[in-house]
Amino acid sequence: MAETALTSTGEPSARVGGLQGIVADWSSDQRAFKNVSWGKAMMWIFLLSDTFIFSCFLLSYMTARMSTTVPWPNPSEVFALNLGGRHIPLILIAIMTFILISSSGTMAMAVNFGYRRDRVKTAALMLATAAFGATFVGMQAFEWTKLIMEGVRPWGNPWGAAQFGSSFFMITGFHGTHVTIGVIFLLAIARKVLRGDFDLERRGFFTSRKGYYEIVEITGLYWHFVDLVWVFIFALFYLW
Amino acid sequence: MVDIPYDAIAGVPPAEVPDVELYHPRSWWTRYVFSQDAKVIAVQYALTASAIGLVALVLSWMMRLQLGFPGTFSFIDPNQYLQFITMHGMIMVIYLLTALFLGGFGNYLIPLMVGARDMVFPYVNMLSYWVYLLAVLVLASTFFVPGGPTGAGWTLYPPQAILSGTPGQDWGIILMMASLILFIIGFTMGGLNYVVTTLQARARGMTLMRLPLTVWGIFTATVMALLAFPALFVASVMMLFDRALGTSFFMPSLVEMGTLSKYGGGSPLLFQHLFWFFGHPEVYIVALPAFGIVSDLISTHARKNIFGYRMMVWAIVAIGALSFVVWAHHMYVSGMYPYFGFFFATTTLIIAIPTAIKVYNWVLTLWRGDIHLTVPMLFALAFIITFVNGGLTGLFLGNVVVDVPLSDTMFVVAHFHMVMGVAPILVVLGAIYHWYPKVTGRMLNDPLGKFHFWVTFLGAYMIFFPMHYLGLLGVPRRYYELGEAAFIPPSAHSLNAFISVVALTVGFAQMVFLFNLAWSLFKGKLAGGNPWRATTLEWQTPETPPGHGNWGKDLPVVYRWAYDYSVPGAKEDFIPQNQPPATPSARGALP
Repeated sequence: MAETALTSTGEPSARVGGLQGIVADWSSDQRAFKNVSWGKAMMWIFLLSDTFIFSCFLLSYMTARMSTTVPWPNPSEVFALNLGGRHIPLILIAIMTFILISSSGTMAMAVNFGYRRDRVKTAALMLATAAFGATFVGMQAFEWTKLIMEGVRPWGNPWGAAQFGSSFFMITGFHGTHVTIGVIFLLAIARKVLRGDFDLERRGFFTSRKGYYEIVEITGLYWHFVDLVWVFIFALFYLW
Repeated sequence: MVDIPYDAIAGVPPAEVPDVELYHPRSWWTRYVFSQDAKVIAVQYALTASAIGLVALVLSWMMRLQLGFPGTFSFIDPNQYLQFITMHGMIMVIYLLTALFLGGFGNYLIPLMVGARDMVFPYVNMLSYWVYLLAVLVLASTFFVPGGPTGAGWTLYPPQAILSGTPGQDWGIILMMASLILFIIGFTMGGLNYVVTTLQARARGMTLMRLPLTVWGIFTATVMALLAFPALFVASVMMLFDRALGTSFFMPSLVEMGTLSKYGGGSPLLFQHLFWFFGHPEVYIVALPAFGIVSDLISTHARKNIFGYRMMVWAIVAIGALSFVVWAHHMYVSGMYPYFGFFFATTTLIIAIPTAIKVYNWVLTLWRGDIHLTVPMLFALAFIITFVNGGLTGLFLGNVVVDVPLSDTMFVVAHFHMVMGVAPILVVLGAIYHWYPKVTGRMLNDPLGKFHFWVTFLGAYMIFFPMHYLGLLGVPRRYYELGEAAFIPPSAHSLNAFISVVALTVGFAQMVFLFNLAWSLFKGKLAGGNPWRATTLEWQTPETPPGHGNWGKDLPVVYRWAYDYSVPGAKEDFIPQNQPPATPSARGALP
C-alpha cells in the first residue's frame, strides 16, 4: 500500500535518540524528518515563513511606536468598554483572547478524535472551533466599527500618533484575515470529515489526491499558530 | 582519496517514501497549459521570466543610449530614464533571476536530481506559476497606466517613491507593490514545494550528502527566500498603505511641492531596514543556485570529482546563514547609528571566507582535470573569473570608509552588475546550454554558442570594467545626464559612448542565442539521453525528454555520490549515481 504511506506516520523504526538521532536522521536517505508526512512538513515550513511576516509587522509597529514624536494613545482606555455602567479596560480584548485560546482546546480535541476516526465528534469539534473563530472575527469587526465611529482612521485618530490607527488596522487586519482563512479551512475539512471522504478515500476536487485524517492535524497546526500569534499581538499591542 | 561515507558500497535501505500520486492529464490544456508536471511548470516559468527579462534588456539599451549619447535621442526624457532604471533593476533581480533560478531550474532539476516523480504538491506548484504570471502581468501593465511605471529606483526608497515629482507616483508605485505582493505569494507556494521535495521525497540511497550541489544551492536559496521575502512583503504592504491610504509608516512630515504634506511621524529608515533584510539575502538567493549549478558544470566538463564536496555544502549553508546578518552594509550612508556600520562591515567581510572556499574548490576541481571546453564549460569558467572580480570589489564596498566616498557612484553599479548580474547570468546561460539537450532532446548549435559566449563574456567585461573607473572618478549613478561637471573629464564621456556601443553589441548576441534556442528545437543535433556523460540522475531517465512521472515504472536507487568522474579502474570515466556497485555481496544486501 504505497499510497497510504503518503501521509501515514509509518512504522516507528528503532532509532537512536537524542542528538545522535538527529544526526542519523539527517544523514539518512529519502527523508530528513522521519515519520513526518509531506503535508505536515510543508505546514511547518510555511508557518516558519509566516512567523517572519508577523515578526516584521510587529517589529515595524514597535519601531513606529518608539520613534513617533506624538504621544501614543493609551490602549487601556481606547479599548475600554462601558458595561453595566462600569468602565472596564480591555474587556472586549480579554474576551476575544479567551475565545481564541478556547478554540485551540477544541481544535486539539478534534485532532484526537480524528485519529480515532470518530467522524461525528471530529466534525462537531471542528465546527465548534470554527464557531469560536467566527465569533472572534465578529468581535474584531465590532471593535473596528467602534474605533471607526470614534474617529480612528489609518491616517489619524483623535488621541495621538497617527501610526496607532495604521498599525492597529494593519496588524489586526492581517491576523483577522488569517483567522478567517482558518475558519474557511475548518469548515471545508469538517465537511469532508462528516461526509466520510477520508474513509471512502475520495479524491480531492482540485488535486485528485486522496485525503487522510492527518489533514485535521495540519489544519490544527495552522490554527494553533494563529492563536499563538494573537498572544504576541495581545501582549505587544494591547498590554504595552 | 576516496571519501568513504559518500562512496561506500553498501546496501540501500528499503523504500520509506511512497510513490507520489501523479495527476494524469487528460487533455491538451491540462498537459501543456494548466499542467501539474514540474517539468512543464519549469518551462513555463523560464519562458515567462525570459520574456519579461527581454523587456528589461531593452530598457538597459535605452539607458545606455541615453548615457552614451546624451541629447541625441529625444524620445528618452529624464522621467522615462528613471522609470527605465527602476524597472530594469526590479525585473532583472526578482522577476527574471529569482524566478528563473528557483521556479525554472528548481522545478526542472529538483525532482529529477533527487529521484522523485514530481514535486510533492503538484497542484500548489501549478498555482505558484499562475500567481507568478499574474505578478508579471501586473508589473508589465504599469507601462500602460497613466503616469507610467514607478521611477523610484529599484530600491523604491520612501519618501521619494510616493511623493509627487517622482515618475509613476499615481499608479506605477501602487501596481509595483501589488505585483511584489503577488510575486511573494506565488513564490511561497513554489518554494514550499522545493524545500519539502528536497527534504522529504528523495530516492532510496539519496542522502543529503549525496545530493548534487545544484540541488544544495537551489534548496538553500529557497529556504532563504522563504525567510527573506516576508520582510519585502511587509515593506510592500506598508508602502502600499502609505501611498493608497495615507498612513505614515515610512513618511516623515515634509514639504512637498511647496506645501506641507499630509504625512508625518514615519521612519524612512525602517523601510531601508526591511528592504535590505530582504535585499541582501536576495543577492545570495540569486548567487547560491549559480554556485551550485556551476559546481556541477565544472565537475562534469572537467571529468573530475568536485574538490571538497563537504566543504562546498557547508560553505553554501554558511553563506546562506551569514547573509541574514549583513543587510545594513547597504545603508552606510543612510544616517543609521554609525557603530552599526562597524558590526555590519565585520559580518560582511566574514562572508568572504566561505565564498573563497568555494572559489578555491572550483579552481582545485579544474586542477589537472580533463577539461572539455564545451560551451557550458566556457560559461562556467567565465563565471569564476567574473565572480572573483565582482567579489573583490565587494570587499572594497563592504568597508565603511571606502564605501562612503564610492556610494551612489558607477563603481557600485559595476560591482553589483559583475557579481550578481553578469556572473549569475553567465551560469544561467551555461546551464541552458548544459540542460537544453535534456529538456528538448536536441543539442544547441555549437558554433553559434561559442560566438554567443565570447561576445557576451568579453562584452560584459568591456561594459563593466571601465565602469569601475568611471565610479572612481566620481561619476554618479542614476543620473540622466552628466552635464559639464568639472571633476568629470571629457574622456569619461567617450568611455560612456564606448560602453553603450558594447552594450548594444552584447544585446545583439543575445538575439543570436534566442535564435539558437528556437532553431535547435527543430534542427539541432539529436542529443541522446546523456550527451555530457554526466553522473547525476536527471541524465539517467529512461526517456529524453523525461516523460510523465520521470522514471518509467521503477524509481531510481542511488548508490553513490554525484561526482564519480574518472574513477581509477572504472570502465568509463563516469559512474552514474544509480549504477549498482560491482561487488556481488554488496548487491546481495539490496532488497
